[in-house]
Amino acid sequence: MAQAAIELIGINKSFGAVRANRDINLEVTRGTIHGIVGENGAGKSTLMSILYGFYQADSGEIRVAGKPVSINTPNDAIALGIGMVHQHFMLVDNFTVLENVILGAETDALLKSSIAKARSELERLEREYGLEVDPDAIIEELPVGLQQRVEILKALYRGAEILILDEPTGVLTPAEADHLFRILKQLKEQGKTVVLITHKLREIMAVTDTVSVMRQGTMVATRVTRETTVGELAELMVGRRVLLRVEKGQSETGAIKLSVKNLTVKDSRGVTMVDDVSFDVRGGEIVGIAGVAGNGQSELLEAISGIRHAVSGEVMLEGKPIELTGKADPGELRDRGLAHVPEDRHHVGLVLAFEENENSILGYHDDERYLKGPFLNVDAIMADAKDKIEKYDIRPANPRLKTANFSGGNQQKIVLAREMEQDPGVLIVGQPTRGVDVGAIEFIHKRLIAMRDQGKAVLVVSVELDEIRSLSDRILVMFAGRIVGERGPEATEGELGLLMAGVEHQEAAE
Amino acid sequence: MSTPYAKLPAWADYGLIPLINLSVAFIVAGFVVMLVGENPFRAAVILVEGAFGKGTGIAFTLFYATTFIFTGLSVAVAAHCSLFNIGTEGQAYIGGLGIALVCLSFDSVLPWWLIFPMAIVAAAAFGALWGFIPAYLQAKRGSHIVITTIMFNFIAASVMVYLLVGPLKPVGSQAPQTRNFLAGAELPKLNWMIELFGAKIRSAPLNICFLLALAMAFLVWLLIWRTKLGYEMRTYGHSPKAARYAGISETRIILTAMMISGALAGMMALNPVMGDQHNVAIDFVSGAGYVGIAVALMGRLHPVGIVLAAILFGMLYQGGAELAFEMPAISRDMIVIIQGLVILFAGALEHMFRPYIQALFASVSPKSVGMQAVKGKGA
Repeated sequence: MAQAAIELIGINKSFGAVRANRDINLEVTRGTIHGIVGENGAGKSTLMSILYGFYQADSGEIRVAGKPVSINTPNDAIALGIGMVHQHFMLVDNFTVLENVILGAETDALLKSSIAKARSELERLEREYGLEVDPDAIIEELPVGLQQRVEILKALYRGAEILILDEPTGVLTPAEADHLFRILKQLKEQGKTVVLITHKLREIMAVTDTVSVMRQGTMVATRVTRETTVGELAELMVGRRVLLRVEKGQSETGAIKLSVKNLTVKDSRGVTMVDDVSFDVRGGEIVGIAGVAGNGQSELLEAISGIRHAVSGEVMLEGKPIELTGKADPGELRDRGLAHVPEDRHHVGLVLAFEENENSILGYHDDERYLKGPFLNVDAIMADAKDKIEKYDIRPANPRLKTANFSGGNQQKIVLAREMEQDPGVLIVGQPTRGVDVGAIEFIHKRLIAMRDQGKAVLVVSVELDEIRSLSDRILVMFAGRIVGERGPEATEGELGLLMAGVEHQEAAE
Repeated sequence: MSTPYAKLPAWADYGLIPLINLSVAFIVAGFVVMLVGENPFRAAVILVEGAFGKGTGIAFTLFYATTFIFTGLSVAVAAHCSLFNIGTEGQAYIGGLGIALVCLSFDSVLPWWLIFPMAIVAAAAFGALWGFIPAYLQAKRGSHIVITTIMFNFIAASVMVYLLVGPLKPVGSQAPQTRNFLAGAELPKLNWMIELFGAKIRSAPLNICFLLALAMAFLVWLLIWRTKLGYEMRTYGHSPKAARYAGISETRIILTAMMISGALAGMMALNPVMGDQHNVAIDFVSGAGYVGIAVALMGRLHPVGIVLAAILFGMLYQGGAELAFEMPAISRDMIVIIQGLVILFAGALEHMFRPYIQALFASVSPKSVGMQAVKGKGA
């Protein structure tokens, strides 16, 4: 009988009146990969934070290797052999790999013996687990995938027997993710225990032995992975059956509404982020741009929507050119029927400190409907906000509530409602469902397709391949600032993945 | 997932916590008074009686409060646009110059009710100009507004010293100030208002600027929360990226906010210059601009809070002066220490007691905290 590495018994945790964890029981078997899935806000991160000592449970018991323990700080957790790889890396960017690994585990003032010891230990770990990283490389010069390896090495260096990974693949290319999974399997073979928190069901199926599903603070089920299906897990997560692929009819494409020609954009450091990109979007079609984050998609969207100045090129909106260099005004573009759902809703698309109704006019606050002379027409704004809340099922249905208090999915609905209800001719959307739970994803996808069916031109940028594939009528793949390929929606994930990794592109260049 | 924080009911947030902070400030101040060998309870009685005990005291308290309302509002308007205007001091000083020019030109020919509006416009325009230059440098050149506004306080001081010992000084006078204004540039007192309540007043400088300050507080509220401009300022203040996205011009909003802020600062000069001294003297602002920062922070950038905080500081000024007079061991500097403690506890350490109070509320009545977050767990 396999021994339990971790047992959580009757864990409860409340924040004020919010019960983030309710009577959670979880048993993770030693030497396995155990997945934890759930929607945003289901309580996964809270549970793992309790295990890692960031929070203390209100009641309940934690056992490590069969013994009851109390974990009050992350140091307690590390002492018990629990290591955590955070979603946002906790690395010092301008330190070397080695320096990061020993940070907090230094033993002498001049670091001489610490570094020597760490170097040999690091080499052993790298060999044993296939975690090759140059110990003298500077962190900020490493790609994200390697930075993550450093995080794993950090945990192992501190003697972690149990490794918790929080949404580890969010920042990785498909190839990097595959490599991560190989590392995790290797760790498992060496007897380590891995807890993988994710909302990507595909990853759960690919790599875990056992999977636990959380919903609204409770643990609803634990399954042996090979005896379950993606459909069952998704259903357990949301408590009902969801459409993983949106149903959509054939599109009827019309005239070109958005035309991009030879667009080149540089970032603030002068690095070319978008390199001579050309494409068209017609009315009645959704064009999806796939790519690993950081390959110019963000800058492309920003340039088209007038937020970022372009170096050269031409963008035509409904046949008329957009001012690209110097004096681009996002407000003017809105008036011309270009709606934009930005990638970063927390800092760009919304003002989180505002009430919901104030956000529902952001960017359209110049509109006469919302004004009485220089004054805001509070009654009209409220009525308008209530109307959108109802149409888009934004919960809680309170236009006076501070926007930060809405869940990610509802925040995104606030942005979408605002942009779509203006009846724009062209809609550009960055990361339509990032940080959004499954139930809301379905809703958002249906809305986007409805826009398409009304004859609007829709341009979607997403790092979620599944999303791009299920939404798009045409898929453009971006790599290193260029469009490296166009495919239909029937393209396989592997084919797109290769394009996203620049493989075909590099071969063609050689 | 987002971490839900316990929320307090509004009365605790805006009433209880400031009260606790203030009490702690006074308790610590009491210890300081004990250290110099005086009875803190008697000191407290003198302070409060000095500020509110007699009609004259109340009038002085409100006179000081008037000044602080203007400077507090000035700081708050800029702060809503995430601009830390430390230049209120200099903007008020230069505002005084505008008033001097109007009053010296017209006080012999026009009545006060014609000069007053002109002086308001001049004070606001000069203050706005002094806010405009740092704002322009921030918007166009990226020079940090905190640095430039501090520098502009010094430039304002130098300019005023030059003018007040030179061109603006009457020939033959030894004092670095303008000539005294004639009756046409003297504002009506508001002593009758306090006498309505039966209190007696000897001479006190409270004047109609107090009403102007209250009107400005209302207009600032209207501006920030009810106009398109205020909406744009708050958007930029919370998130410059969201403002860019929404098509709000960064240059325009920075310039506008700082000019309004400077105008309010400039109007502060009306109170001492036209309401009290009837001349423009060197250093007549005497730190009111910096007090405005404390007032704005303590008032949580809300006009109602600013008016209340301004009255509190008015009380400290007036009661403090009485205290220094009654208790020789307590010097003028001691009063500054007490004011400093109030700023420390009510401003800088504002959130020190909050977690404990939240925990207390959560344990006594869970329903009063965090209910919104529960509802927020929808979709």
